[in-house]
Order: sequence, then structure tokens, then C-alpha cells
Amino acid sequence: MKVGVLAVQGAFAEMETYWRKKGADVFEIRQLDDLERNMDQLALPGGESTVQGKLLKDLGLFNPIKARIVDGLPVFATCAGLILLAEKIEDDGSRDETRPSQWFGVLPVTVRRNAYGRQLGSFRTVGTFDGKTDVPMTFIRAPAITKVSPEAKVLSTFNGEPTAIRWRNITAFTWHPELNT
Amino acid sequence: MDNRQELNRNLAQMLKGGVIMDVTTPEQAKIAEAAGACAVMALERIPADIRAAGGVSRMSDPAMIKGIQAAVSIPVMAKCRIGHIAEARILEAIEIDYIDESEVLSPADDVRHIDKTKFAVPFVCGARDLGEALRRIGEGATMIRTKGEPGTGDVVQAVRHMRKMQSEIRHIVSLREDELYEAAKELAAPLDLVKYVHENGKLPVVNFAAGGVATPADAALMMELGAEGVFVGSGIFKSGDPAKRAAAIVQAVTNWQDSKLLAKLSENLGPAMVGINADEIETIMEERGK
Repeated sequence: MKVGVLAVQGAFAEMETYWRKKGADVFEIRQLDDLERNMDQLALPGGESTVQGKLLKDLGLFNPIKARIVDGLPVFATCAGLILLAEKIEDDGSRDETRPSQWFGVLPVTVRRNAYGRQLGSFRTVGTFDGKTDVPMTFIRAPAITKVSPEAKVLSTFNGEPTAIRWRNITAFTWHPELNT
Repeated sequence: MDNRQELNRNLAQMLKGGVIMDVTTPEQAKIAEAAGACAVMALERIPADIRAAGGVSRMSDPAMIKGIQAAVSIPVMAKCRIGHIAEARILEAIEIDYIDESEVLSPADDVRHIDKTKFAVPFVCGARDLGEALRRIGEGATMIRTKGEPGTGDVVQAVRHMRKMQSEIRHIVSLREDELYEAAKELAAPLDLVKYVHENGKLPVVNFAAGGVATPADAALMMELGAEGVFVGSGIFKSGDPAKRAAAIVQAVTNWQDSKLLAKLSENLGPAMVGINADEIETIMEERGK
């Protein structure tokens, strides 16, 4: 399987290792040319969503990648990746959230950024993911999924809120499976 | 390892491939965020002005830092003086995302650094070579940066520190296992960390470049030499067109291998910070804290 990892900013090296360990053939997406390669799966890593969103636009990657996602390319997204995909970002009232064009906005969920607070709120726990028990889950300045389409399958939860979901071709996490491999 | 230390190393991993920018006001913080900064460093005066003002330089006013925290959604860092446990506690109390125990401020302790393992909040520290980096990591730093010579706009020290660290890492990798004890003694570094470097060929934490980065080319140079991201201090808001320069440096860090793009990014950026040659200055900040 050929996996393209978005490598504009963030923990893309960890995401690459995660997929290599699964036996995948991994390449980095930094520029438009990189999208000419065959890709069975797109991986959107953790990092800062504002930075990644801006770089996607500046590098001309935004529209072609969005088209591929809408077209049904399987997507695996963690943390910042989930934020990029979310249809809605919950406005906390104190910040300028009027930048929807910077996000793909294709996944029918609402997310709240930095939902557990600043870095002091980052934590690790163990839970059930897609039927598998004792899965380590690392949340780094993590977002929360506050609303989710009934069409989506919830794969893991924390305190009753969904933390990983699958909807059509997209699997998305608020935590970082790539940090515990 | 301690869970908190691991989480703090993880946050640094999320910052990789990014640019951390010095800002002094909420307005600058917003400009930095919009230009693509992965984090901002909140401080009252940027290093070039600290250098110009002279005198004792201390932690910034917490009210000013909180103003910046409220203005942006990206992580906010702030500096405390080397060895100043109380300043670090204050920054922890206002829930800063990362503390920079920094030689840019006047050291509070000229021998010891803070025992950072006693804090829940993460620390980044400067290092000029591998021994210094591993000593800081031993004390609990979860991110390392080169020291450079801050506020000069001269990249020569950052290059020297990054080259030295990378070449020492390659040397440690080349050693026999039974030579690591003597190597740890020479580096004055904890043995377990020297063993980690031997086995993994890298530091156990993320390693950024800092000090004197002023242009997209400077940033690309530091990435070429092995930095995992860059801090830009005075280089942005001391230049003619901060927003444009900041955005160009962000793109240069992502695509540092693409010279054609770098050429385009370097066009029409307006005047860079004037800068001073690092060997023409009197206060050598990189010597602070070893």
C-alpha cells in the first residue's frame, strides 16, 4: 500500500514510521509534484492546524487534496489533521475563527480546539479503540469532537465524548496513535 | 520515563518543521499566527532591543504574556532567567505552553540550571554542543535549540553550534559500546543519554535552530544542517515587512530543499534587520550557562 503523508509541518516523521511499521510504502507530500504519485491512502499528521492550513494554501496543495478526499481517497487524520477535515470549528468567542477556507471542511463533525486546555492539560490514557482494549492514547493540546453526524461510527471515546470516528473514507482521531507505536 | 516528560517531548514533536517567532504584543502575535508560526515566544523586548538597552533583563510581565495567550490559538512560550526557579513557577502558574530557560535574559544563577524534572510544564534550553544538550535533557529539558548569538542577525554561531552537535552525534554513533563511558566523561553528560545517542543517532528530544536567523535562506541553511525547525527572534519584527518575511521563512522551512522556491521566497522581502556581526559585540550571551 502506498501512503502519502502530508509533510508541510508537524509530526509527519512519526506518522511515516507508523505506516512503515504497518508495511506501507510511504512518501511525503510537500509540493504539488508529490501528488502525481500513486496514493492508496492519505495521512494527515498532528502539528498546528493554522500552520498546515496556511501552507496547504500557499503551496497550492489545498484544492487538489480536497478534490481527492471528496473523490473517496482513504484518509487517516490525527489531531491537527482532524481539525483540517472538520466541517465546523466551535467558536470560543475570544478568537477570530472566520477562516473556514483554510480547512477542508469535508467531515461532518464539529470540533473544539485546545479542548482540554493548554499544554498542562495534555494527558495519556488507555482505552478501547475499534473493539481493541488497552490501547494507549496520547492527547497533546488536543481538540474535542463536540458534535458528530449519526452516519459516523465512533471508534473510541473519553468521558463519553467521541475521540476517534470513521465516516465513509475518513478515519480521524483527536489523539495520536502515531506516538505510541 | 515520567509520563509528564513524555507528553512534553510530544508537544515539541508537534512543533517540528515549524517556525517559532518572538512577539512583544498581541498584534504581533496575530501577525505571526496568520503568517504560519507554529508557536510564539512572548517577551517584552526582542533580543536586539535587550542587547541595545543593556542592564538586567528579566522575565516578562505576566499580564503581557496573558494578553498574547488570549490573542492566538497556537502554543505560547515565554522566557525565564537561567536558574530562576521562581520565575519558572510563575510562568507555570499562568499555564504557559513552554518555558525557555534562556541565556538571552540575565542569568539568575551563574552555575546551575533549574531542575526541570520538578515541573509539569515543559522547558526548552539552548546548547552549543552535544554535552551541553545532554546536560539540559538530564535536567529535564524536553526540547533543545542552538544558542546562536541572539539579537545580532548573524547566523554564524547557530551554524557553529548545530554543526558541532551533529558532528559529535556522528562521533558517538561510531564508537564501540565500551567506549561510551569515557565519552560520557568527556562530554560531562549522563551516560544513559550518551547511550541513547549511540543507539539512535539523534537527541532524545526535538532540536531546533535559534540565534541570528534573519532570512528564508538562513532558515533553509539551518534545516540543511539538521535542525528540526527554527526560532526567529529579532529577524522578523526588526525587518521592513514582518508579515511577508515571516510567511517566507515558514515556507522555506517546509521546502528547504527546493532552491527554485527559495529564490522566489527571497524576492522583494524589503530590508532585513540591519544586524551586527557577532564578533563586534561586547555581551556574549551564548557563554551564559554551560
